[in-house]
Amino acid sequence: MIIGIFSGLNVIERDISISYSKGIRIQSISTDINDVKKKFDLSDIMYFAKCGVETIIEDDVTQRFSAEELPSWNLLSRTSYGYHYISLRLTIIWGLGFLARYFVLLPFRLILAVLGIGWLIVCTAFIGYLPAGKFKRELNQYVMLMCFRILSRACSAIVTFHNRENKAKNGICVANHTSPIDVIVLSCDNCYALVGQAQGGLLGVLQRAMGRATAHIWFERSEVKDRHLVTKRLKEHVDDLDKLPMLIFPEGTCINNTSVMMFKKGSFEVGTTIYPVAVKYDHRFGDAFWNSSKQGMIQHLLNIMTSWAVVCDVWYLPPMSKLDGEDAVEFANRVKSEIARKGGLVDLEWDGQLKRAKVKDSWKEKPQEEYSKMLKVD
Amino acid sequence: MGARSSMQLQEEEINEIQRETGFSQSQIVRLYSRFTSLDKSNNGFLSREDFLRIPELAINPLGDRIVHAFFQESNDDTVNFKQFMRVLARFRPIKTNQDKNKMNTREDKLRFAFKMYDLDGDDKISKDELLAVLHMMVGANISEEQLGSIADRTITEVDYNKDNQISFEEFVKAMEKVDVEQKMSIRFLN
Repeated sequence: MIIGIFSGLNVIERDISISYSKGIRIQSISTDINDVKKKFDLSDIMYFAKCGVETIIEDDVTQRFSAEELPSWNLLSRTSYGYHYISLRLTIIWGLGFLARYFVLLPFRLILAVLGIGWLIVCTAFIGYLPAGKFKRELNQYVMLMCFRILSRACSAIVTFHNRENKAKNGICVANHTSPIDVIVLSCDNCYALVGQAQGGLLGVLQRAMGRATAHIWFERSEVKDRHLVTKRLKEHVDDLDKLPMLIFPEGTCINNTSVMMFKKGSFEVGTTIYPVAVKYDHRFGDAFWNSSKQGMIQHLLNIMTSWAVVCDVWYLPPMSKLDGEDAVEFANRVKSEIARKGGLVDLEWDGQLKRAKVKDSWKEKPQEEYSKMLKVD
Repeated sequence: MGARSSMQLQEEEINEIQRETGFSQSQIVRLYSRFTSLDKSNNGFLSREDFLRIPELAINPLGDRIVHAFFQESNDDTVNFKQFMRVLARFRPIKTNQDKNKMNTREDKLRFAFKMYDLDGDDKISKDELLAVLHMMVGANISEEQLGSIADRTITEVDYNKDNQISFEEFVKAMEKVDVEQKMSIRFLN
């Protein structure tokens, strides 16, 4: 007895969309609605009504903050949206899979993770004692790659790197963000200086350990608000050619890897070459998305370590620089489009912070403005 | 773990909704999944905040009126799945087979549009109500006098019984030449 297996496809075909930068877009009308000038008609309300109800049924944004739906079940109960009791045979298979994942794969991966972290702390402490110089840098590179490769095995990560000739040597590397695992995945192939908020607990220990061997940038919570300070520290790091390229996730939050959301302009103001990187996970083996509003980090890591595997593709894109006459926001959008295109992700202008924050009332002003431009007023 | 969208929807409820609204089984199930994903507090109801959490709806100048339409259906400050579906049913495309049109006739669609203007629900659109809705649509971009003259012109054009208000019948007559089927229908897949 099978009840409701979803195909994970769209429910409707969207016709009208309102965006706060592009105004009103209607698919079914061939001329650009924004070029039309007409008198007010009582039926104008129908555009707004239809668009509104369409977004209630299906919108571009809220779906990005929950894990991607799969066309068919991958035997993980966490991805069983709407799948209910399907059949006895399937349940048995799922049960076997469960036992394999939790009692064979998980212990093995946990041991690797502990080894990896332990080795990292020991080696970085040792490297920390060395005098600054070429040897220290090369040893750090060697050790970091080794440790992150161990950690990636702890997640059973199978990563395919493309276009490695574009790998960053210094400057700033930007990538789309899905999970903290992104760092491990990217660090298997190249050494980066990480940027982030200083944390407590085990993460803090790791941060300090890595900080001994090479320069990373860890901000205190209070410092994050100070934009100038952030830009200054980034610039100082980037100008020093002996330091590693910085890895930054300009979305500022984890998105579910079906789209790329607004890039914050901070890293694009520093004025250096940007090395874009696109990361795309294959969700059939296990969803890598960290829904930080629903799950803690530990639970997320547990999820990763009890999935079948973490399979992903990483594309190194050719370096990009800000063009003359382009401002930081335009540059950020340009880089975002490139990453979205390469990774096969949807390019959205919406801010990832909408995961938690509300839309500002003032955003209504743009569609209001667009509509009033269309009206012929006596 | 997946409990969010587990099938709390009983077979009989699906059939009932199908009879009432004309949606197919798979459409109902799919829309139920959407309903539960909007229901962040997981209590089987949607509140106003749940709707306005959708960014594209929040920036829609008439977002509040649209949400209000759902709460008018429920006559309450929460919307359950049946009430949710009843409102969505208005936007089903009109089928050539008359029997298949449950809540989506031309008149049903026009009534939805009429209610968007009728702020106090007295079945008439007054000049003040028209002005208020115009205000929502254009914001501060058009002056009061110009909006006033637009409202006056609109009412004069359609007001047959000269009571300076638009009744539903007058509204229907005014929309005679409008392709309501296209403008107030959403293309549902499968």
